[in-house]
Amino acid sequence: MSIQELENISSFTSKELVTDQEVRWCPGCGDYSILKQVQTVVPQLGLKRENIVFVSGIGCSSRFPYYMETYGMHSIHGRATAIASGLKIARPDLSVWVVTGDGDALSIGGNHFIHLLRRNLDLNLLLFNNQIYGLTKGQYSPTSVEGQITKSSPMGVLDHPFNPLALALGADASFVARSMDRDPKHLQTSLHRAAAFKGTSFLEIYQNCNVFNDGAFFIYSDKETKMEEAIFVEHGQALVFGENKNKGIRFANGQPEIVNLDEGKFSVDDLWIHDETDRYKASVLSRFYDDPAHAGHLPRVFGVIYAKERASYEQAVHEQLAASKTLFGDGDLDKLLRGKQAWEIK
Amino acid sequence: MIKKERSSIDDVVIRLAGDSGDGIQLIGSEFTIATALAQNDIGTFPDFPAEIRAPAGTLAGVSGFQIHFGSHDIYTPGDYSDVLIVMNAAALKKNLSNLKKNGIIIANEDGFDAKNLRLANIADHENPLKNQSLDGYKLYIIPITKLVKEALKNSGLGTKEIDRSKNMFVLGLICWMYDRSLNSSIEELKRKFANKPEILSANLNVLQAGFNYGETAEIIEEKYTVAPAPMEAGTYRGITGNTATALGLVAASVKSKLQLFYGTYPITPASDILHELSKHKNFGVITYQAEDEIAAISSAIGASYGGLMGVTASSGPGIDLKSEALGLAIMLELPLVIINVQRAGPSTGMPTKTEQADLLLSFFGRHGEAPMPILAANSPADCFDTIYEAARIALEYMTPVYFLSDAYIANGSEPWKFPNSNNLKGFNLNIATEKDITENKFYPYLRNENLVRKWALPGTPGLENRIGGIEKEDITGNISYDPNNHEKMVHIRANKVEKIASSIPLQQLDSGPAQGKILILGWGSTYGIIKTACLELAKENIIVSHAHLKYLNPFPSNFGEILEGFETVLIPEMNMGQLSLLIKNKYLKPVVGLNKIKGLPFSTHEIVDKVKSLLSV
Repeated sequence: MSIQELENISSFTSKELVTDQEVRWCPGCGDYSILKQVQTVVPQLGLKRENIVFVSGIGCSSRFPYYMETYGMHSIHGRATAIASGLKIARPDLSVWVVTGDGDALSIGGNHFIHLLRRNLDLNLLLFNNQIYGLTKGQYSPTSVEGQITKSSPMGVLDHPFNPLALALGADASFVARSMDRDPKHLQTSLHRAAAFKGTSFLEIYQNCNVFNDGAFFIYSDKETKMEEAIFVEHGQALVFGENKNKGIRFANGQPEIVNLDEGKFSVDDLWIHDETDRYKASVLSRFYDDPAHAGHLPRVFGVIYAKERASYEQAVHEQLAASKTLFGDGDLDKLLRGKQAWEIK
Repeated sequence: MIKKERSSIDDVVIRLAGDSGDGIQLIGSEFTIATALAQNDIGTFPDFPAEIRAPAGTLAGVSGFQIHFGSHDIYTPGDYSDVLIVMNAAALKKNLSNLKKNGIIIANEDGFDAKNLRLANIADHENPLKNQSLDGYKLYIIPITKLVKEALKNSGLGTKEIDRSKNMFVLGLICWMYDRSLNSSIEELKRKFANKPEILSANLNVLQAGFNYGETAEIIEEKYTVAPAPMEAGTYRGITGNTATALGLVAASVKSKLQLFYGTYPITPASDILHELSKHKNFGVITYQAEDEIAAISSAIGASYGGLMGVTASSGPGIDLKSEALGLAIMLELPLVIINVQRAGPSTGMPTKTEQADLLLSFFGRHGEAPMPILAANSPADCFDTIYEAARIALEYMTPVYFLSDAYIANGSEPWKFPNSNNLKGFNLNIATEKDITENKFYPYLRNENLVRKWALPGTPGLENRIGGIEKEDITGNISYDPNNHEKMVHIRANKVEKIASSIPLQQLDSGPAQGKILILGWGSTYGIIKTACLELAKENIIVSHAHLKYLNPFPSNFGEILEGFETVLIPEMNMGQLSLLIKNKYLKPVVGLNKIKGLPFSTHEIVDKVKSLLSV
């Protein structure tokens, strides 16, 4: 179906997704762009507005539901994934979206995050990663880089950071993608892909915190650096990047290798062709996580890194309920209360 | 020898004890069923170690099961046992103090060999079966292990399997002693070993051998009949507290026409509720074994938000972890039942042992002003009625509700005159519809006269709204930091809980006059013991009154007046005085506490003695 046709089914517009609540993110926050793209994409999904639920935890990103004229719950720190799991099992008919941040999902909510991914409920998990705690005013997060100076690490962060995509793949996520606030078009495409995927669609969104960690991801969006530092992957396409698309990535001897396409030694035909369904290679792509300051580092990957559907948990739950009814018939309360060994007293 | 006739007795307490690998609990549960079918009233108390298989033969590995049955009303598993049946030396050592003077001991001789004595830390020359230390008791020494080996010598089974079936010998023997039919046990064995014919045949063989041993060996002089108890006419079954809790939830789900969502994480002694519910998927019951206690309650909140009956359960350590999410449920004003099968704490405490020390946790264990209704079941079968009522309050008042049980009634069993489903009350749900839209707006925190808001289920057009844990503006539910609004909302949430008092029954006295010297006030699992104590006292013409609280928050509206009728209020609790604290605070009434924190229920005589000392008689 075309977007136009889906929009007709949806019968609500982006404007109708705006609530009467004043948006209270800091001026210039990357969350504004994400909100805008979500409000643009959601009416294009063929959903009924009343069937959409946004669930969030705690943090700047988690204010999100208040700004979406859908059903929404702003819950407690780290638990949006767990609450959304219960909701989706209870109501598979709903389109459930989880909005979380790097602290919410990967620190306090780390356990629910990995378990959601392994269970694979059919919901959309948007992780706004700004590598900082914004709402509590500037402490380092589990994705802050080593050495980062923050309010709680004046001499530099000692913790080794999480690599969210690798973590997700390690938890057997079925859909893993990365996008960013400063590339609206790419973000919209990524949201479309996430929404269309049946299973837990994990979309990490690089989001700028202009107050406490300004510019953390600018090298992936600024004109001068973007071409060298970011690689945008697409299924079936060769891994090409660089100014004038003159660089590629070859997969040789089980290792990724940057090759120059201008030197005549390698052509596009020699390059790694992205296959979204290849779990092993997706793991390698997720490991393109080098410190950009290191010479010879690999570019950061954006796009859908892995997408392969497998049975969703809530579907399995409801199939088992149905199977039980087939096997034992509809539950009979009086029979249940009576049990196996009743006796009569006259 | 002349065959002795069976003598008739009114009641008896039997304690079975052995290694946790000996199948003691199975003897107990099968004998309970046989006894129920013989129409006696019953109380049982399983007493097992937390370790699944502590080293065999050691004191730590002793598993016990006590059953009290009789031809009259039985309210407890009994203080002391009349009969102690032990499979090994450790079991005797651990349980002897619980046996009445002149009581009967039946000992498996093979469990008192050099190895077993050593494991029980008994010196070889101090074998109690040989050194006259048991002279004050009636001792029967039976080589059970040898007899079982003999019975199964041609079975083709290995030593291990043969040894495992010795519990059936004991079951057969006690069925003979008390004139119980073996039929229900035979049926159960056939079910259990339907696919293992050799094991089935061996077990049936040994069961019969135990019975026949009593009948033909003529060694045991103890053979009795216990006449049926004069119970109210009707159909009964045996039930444990945890099973009754599970069935109460299924019943509430069926009657409210709301699918049950049970989000939980395994923990002793609450897990049996999960096991039971997971068998009833054909009722649409969803059991969700979450990754942790927090996810367990969070998923239940998610399910409730979606319009299901969300329930979570745990015991002490897990309940601690759920506190923050409970606060969220209070703010969201969504229905939720939280089950706490209390056990001895703090921290890991004693996981299989009982305690009532989470009452104040239920009241106050959340940050901020966060009141919620609290109900406590008073017996195994009462768990059914109480959880059903907890579900009603949660659904009708849009609030999380605490349901308190404890290890004692969760694992204990009694006969239950189960209801007909037609006689179970229905539920008045508060589900919002399009009619609740005013001028194109839906106000999620608009309330009825009971201060209850409506349940707006996702999927309902026009009711789209946002709720959350941040303080919300009255009526609209929008975020609000307004000081006056916050105070107002705190009062509204508290008043909503207080208003529940108008929908619950007035407090009744369980027994005794409305005025007098002593009121024994109990809550939860002490019910049967207090009741028995009152009956014991009445036999001595000491009349006291007994009130038992099921509704702990809010208290029944007439509760203060009841307290006024008595000079002394005696509160027995398995804690350091938690209900006492609440009563003193709310009613400014001096109370006398009787507190026991041993991981064990009260004995009847402890309450009797306390009353006597208060009356100086």
